[in-house]
Amino acid sequence: MRRIFEQVLLPVMTLAAFVLLWQVVAGHYPPEQFPAPSDVLKAIKELSDNGVLWTNIGISLARFGAAYLLAVVTAIPLGLFLGRFTRCHLAIDPLIQVLRPISPIAWFPLAVLWFGIGNAPAVFIIFLAAFYPILLTTISSVRSVPPVYLKVSSNFGAGARMTFLRVIVPAAFPGIMVGLHIAVGTGWIHLVAGEMLGAQSGLGFMIIDARNFLRTDEIMAGMLLVGLLGLAIYRGMKTVEGVIGRRWGVTR
Amino acid sequence: MSIEAKISLRGVEKRFVSGRGEEQTALSRLDLDIRAGEFVCLVGPSGCGKTTLINLMAGFEKPTEGEVIIDGKVATAPDPDHIMIFQDYGLYPWRTVLGNVLFGLQARKVPAAEAREKALAALDLVGLSHAVNKHPHELSGGMRQRVSIARALAVEPSVLFMDEPFAALDAFTRLHLQDELLRIWREKKPTIVFVTHDLDEAIALGERVVLMAPRPGRIQRILEVQLAHPRDRTEHDFAVFRKQLFEEFHLVHREAAEAAEYSI
Repeated sequence: MRRIFEQVLLPVMTLAAFVLLWQVVAGHYPPEQFPAPSDVLKAIKELSDNGVLWTNIGISLARFGAAYLLAVVTAIPLGLFLGRFTRCHLAIDPLIQVLRPISPIAWFPLAVLWFGIGNAPAVFIIFLAAFYPILLTTISSVRSVPPVYLKVSSNFGAGARMTFLRVIVPAAFPGIMVGLHIAVGTGWIHLVAGEMLGAQSGLGFMIIDARNFLRTDEIMAGMLLVGLLGLAIYRGMKTVEGVIGRRWGVTR
Repeated sequence: MSIEAKISLRGVEKRFVSGRGEEQTALSRLDLDIRAGEFVCLVGPSGCGKTTLINLMAGFEKPTEGEVIIDGKVATAPDPDHIMIFQDYGLYPWRTVLGNVLFGLQARKVPAAEAREKALAALDLVGLSHAVNKHPHELSGGMRQRVSIARALAVEPSVLFMDEPFAALDAFTRLHLQDELLRIWREKKPTIVFVTHDLDEAIALGERVVLMAPRPGRIQRILEVQLAHPRDRTEHDFAVFRKQLFEEFHLVHREAAEAAEYSI
């Protein structure tokens, strides 16, 4: 009973209170300036009925998926390599530390110059946003593999290849998972930015397009959907993490 | 050095440079011969270098001076014939119990079917046949240490180095595992070097107990425990050896404490 109250009722009540407050406050402003929840729902229905919404969601998810995958397949191998070879890490670390604080959005003018308008600059920006968290957590996970794991491996005469693939990679895996998780968040946040700046489609573009026509209800509809989809992806990730965590013997 | 020595330490010295740049002697010119199939316990207060010594013998560290000779060869690197058992087990949490025991056999590229057979036999020997498909986090500390012993036994090493293997376990489990270890030792007859800070454990297990003293780490005394295994811990003779070792240990302790006072 208490579980249901804490995990379902309590959040639902907060949400309901928030929507109610929003509706009441919005009543004091013209809908072009501050649309009410009911206006936003209407806008979502409209966008959904004429198919614009679904096309844009599909495009956004595809861009996100491609960029994220690209970040995973580049950052993990690089991170494993740099984590294993301290000298290389020392050599390249200052470069990473300088490039990392640069907001992916700052890369935008160059991205358009290099890749033109379309999918590529948006994918590039999401890629940058996802790349660093994965890279850095992979490096630190490899470096913090308990020394006793490596002692056991060398004691039994395991070669470099076996030690790397069957000890270091699995030992680092839970840490890498954390990086993958963070990268979903940062990547998804930068999706909107990437699509606002250089794309002619996607949820980010939908928001910008609505702004050009002063459709504040559609702007909020876009924002809401970005939030909901982000939540869905986050939940999916959590589920996968839980399954892998159990498999790995990490109790959560 | 006697000819039949399995492990022979000759003038082994280990020095470290501390964080402040001072050179410290962890072990000072140490000689010791261990026979094949012998069960030797190393005991001593903290800082006496017993863990450093076992790491040197197992090849995880190199002596600054002197040599560790095992089977007539200078030991410079870890060897699958000399397996170390750690206090914190060193099990791989992503592998099942069977998977952990298979690791050493896979490293030796033993064919899968044969490896499985050997691993299961080793698990049977430590009484874990019922838990082969569990993960380490599902096991108690005592069971985890059994897995790590089974992992070692599966590759049939001639030497087992054990670095305070039972120190993290509760008293009951510890006594039980001591008996199990003796049973396995009598059955397989590996040479065992066993580090502990528990004097009772040392007397219960060791054919010889090497008492070490700190600052610098050295051998204080070697006690031959001439009692037949399995030993009755309540017996009179046991108490005699216990008293002897305790007195010697107190001496070491007092000297160490006094030395520490001088250095302040």
